[in-house]
Amino acid sequence: MSTEPIDLSRNGNDVGTIGDRLARYIFFGCAAVTIATTLAIVLVLVNGATDFFSTVSLTEFFTGTDWSPRAADNPSFGVLPLVWGTLMITVGSALIAIPIGTLTAIYLSEYASSRVRRVVKPTLEILAGIPTIVYGFFALSFITPILQQIYPGTGTFNAAAGAIVVGVMIIPMVSSISEDAMSSVPDSLRNAAYGLGATKFEVSTQVVLPASLSGILAAYVLAISRAIGETMAVTLAAGALAQVTMNPFAEIQTMTAYMVEIGTGDASVGSIGYQSLFAIGLTLFAMTFLMNVLSMWIRSRYREEYQ
Amino acid sequence: MSDQTDGRLAGVRSALLSIRPNANDGSLTGTSGSSNTEPPEIAAASSESESVSRQGSGADSSASAAASTQPDAETTTTSESGSGLAMPAGDKPLGSPRVDNAVIEARDLDVFYGDTQALHGINMDIPEKEVTALIGPSGCGKSTFLRSINRMNDLIDVARVEGDLHFHGKNVYEDDVDPVALRRKIGMVFQKPNPFPKSIFDNVAYGLRVQGKDDNVEENVLTALERAALLDEVEDQLDESGLDLSGGQQQRLCIARAIATDPEVILMDEPASALDPVATSKIEDLVEELAQEYTVAIVTHNMQQAARISDKTAVFLTGGHLVEFDDTSKIFENPESDRVEDYITGKFG
Repeated sequence: MSTEPIDLSRNGNDVGTIGDRLARYIFFGCAAVTIATTLAIVLVLVNGATDFFSTVSLTEFFTGTDWSPRAADNPSFGVLPLVWGTLMITVGSALIAIPIGTLTAIYLSEYASSRVRRVVKPTLEILAGIPTIVYGFFALSFITPILQQIYPGTGTFNAAAGAIVVGVMIIPMVSSISEDAMSSVPDSLRNAAYGLGATKFEVSTQVVLPASLSGILAAYVLAISRAIGETMAVTLAAGALAQVTMNPFAEIQTMTAYMVEIGTGDASVGSIGYQSLFAIGLTLFAMTFLMNVLSMWIRSRYREEYQ
Repeated sequence: MSDQTDGRLAGVRSALLSIRPNANDGSLTGTSGSSNTEPPEIAAASSESESVSRQGSGADSSASAAASTQPDAETTTTSESGSGLAMPAGDKPLGSPRVDNAVIEARDLDVFYGDTQALHGINMDIPEKEVTALIGPSGCGKSTFLRSINRMNDLIDVARVEGDLHFHGKNVYEDDVDPVALRRKIGMVFQKPNPFPKSIFDNVAYGLRVQGKDDNVEENVLTALERAALLDEVEDQLDESGLDLSGGQQQRLCIARAIATDPEVILMDEPASALDPVATSKIEDLVEELAQEYTVAIVTHNMQQAARISDKTAVFLTGGHLVEFDDTSKIFENPESDRVEDYITGKFG
């Protein structure tokens, strides 16, 4: 037995300890910047929106069906046409991206050989890296002419082209996150099903899909949230006419497109048009924030426990 | 159908009370000419028709169709030799690798993972309704061999199989064999319990549903749980998740799942290696019972376990070679190979 005492005391002058503390502060600082920025954005939005709502009532804003902020004598601030435009784009793009993205994910995760997967997955992710203004131009110059041939009444700016192009844009988001979720299903589950004489299709749909459901649903929600916030592509493709319409070939305006229009336009600081940006921004923020919370809730709620 | 399953269940229960009959005692002659070509054929035909009638539905038609073509293929392949398929002298392991009641016959079986050869010219038989243990040190290829029997290696991109593996005389690596149909005849239990994240009931019912055996699902599930010695423990929680069970219970659930569809052969890949001693002994008891109804091949690196529960033992050593195959008692008491003796007695491995 050794009786020699070992020095385990903290040495304040030790370079390692100082470096360690310094690193801790730097890391905390970086994290703090993110949080502070988020808080600042919320504060600015709330502040601006408060000014706006001192002029326009909450009731008019959230229930009004006429959005004409620049009417000279009687401007009207009902946000519903803009919300409606956003919903049309969101629902339409989800209808495109969810089926295609999910089936792509199943193919990549279950059917493709590792060689194919190594090529296809990065290629898909390149889709996500294309600037959205390019998508918008693509919709305007390529998708809309096709739609006009199919349905002659299609306007130069129309909701359908916007929805299609946003749908294509968010496919990689759906497929990539879903594929990650499916790939993380342990092979032992697949083997169990294959060992019982299940086909690849049965293994994919009855074992892998349910086991990765939480991740897949989260991918859907994140993609939808992206569609809600999408700006440049819809501004270019869907137009700037705020109206509530069921016709997908008619021009609409989304909340984001309106913000582009005013933000880059001639609204003077302090005018009611300028203030309305904050109210819409806050509404938009609330919608995407809710979607992200929903996504987190789905992840924890529907997580299937497997070893 | 219900009467039959009940009858079989009763059979298992009564068999529990009786001493297990030792089916084969050294009748490994294989020299008596053409009359010996018949038994495997008959075994194939009768067990096939039995299982088809037991299913009561033609849903498994692909497997049945494959089986119905077997006799032809078999007469052509087996007529060349005395009993079963001839074994090349070169790669023949020591011991008695040929049995006269073989269900599975591997001939010159090589398995490669990419450029690595995992199995070298395996020649051995697996006898019907007995327990065949595959033992050997880690990385010796015993699990690879097991997975090549029901073509689970197909699922690995880089795996490649050469040589023949006959199931009732039919080479399962021929182009016209559907691995899905094959796996419905040859069930599997894995090293780590792998229940689905579903209820206990749905776990056992899964194979039945996938295989279109939709009649009497409930009854078949209960029967399988009973035969896997699990029913008493889970009777009141059939709707709860299979993942809530203990490790040993999960593994018995996986065994119930494998036998619910009534395969002919059950492959077990170290089924007790992740379990505690009590759970292990339950699994071992179960394996011995199962061998009365099913052909069992079990991979284990626990030599005592192999000695306790198996009738035949195959010893794989060093890099995918089958060194010796014989009656378990012979392997453990008087092996021909010095290396096998060293391994058995714990001098290496």
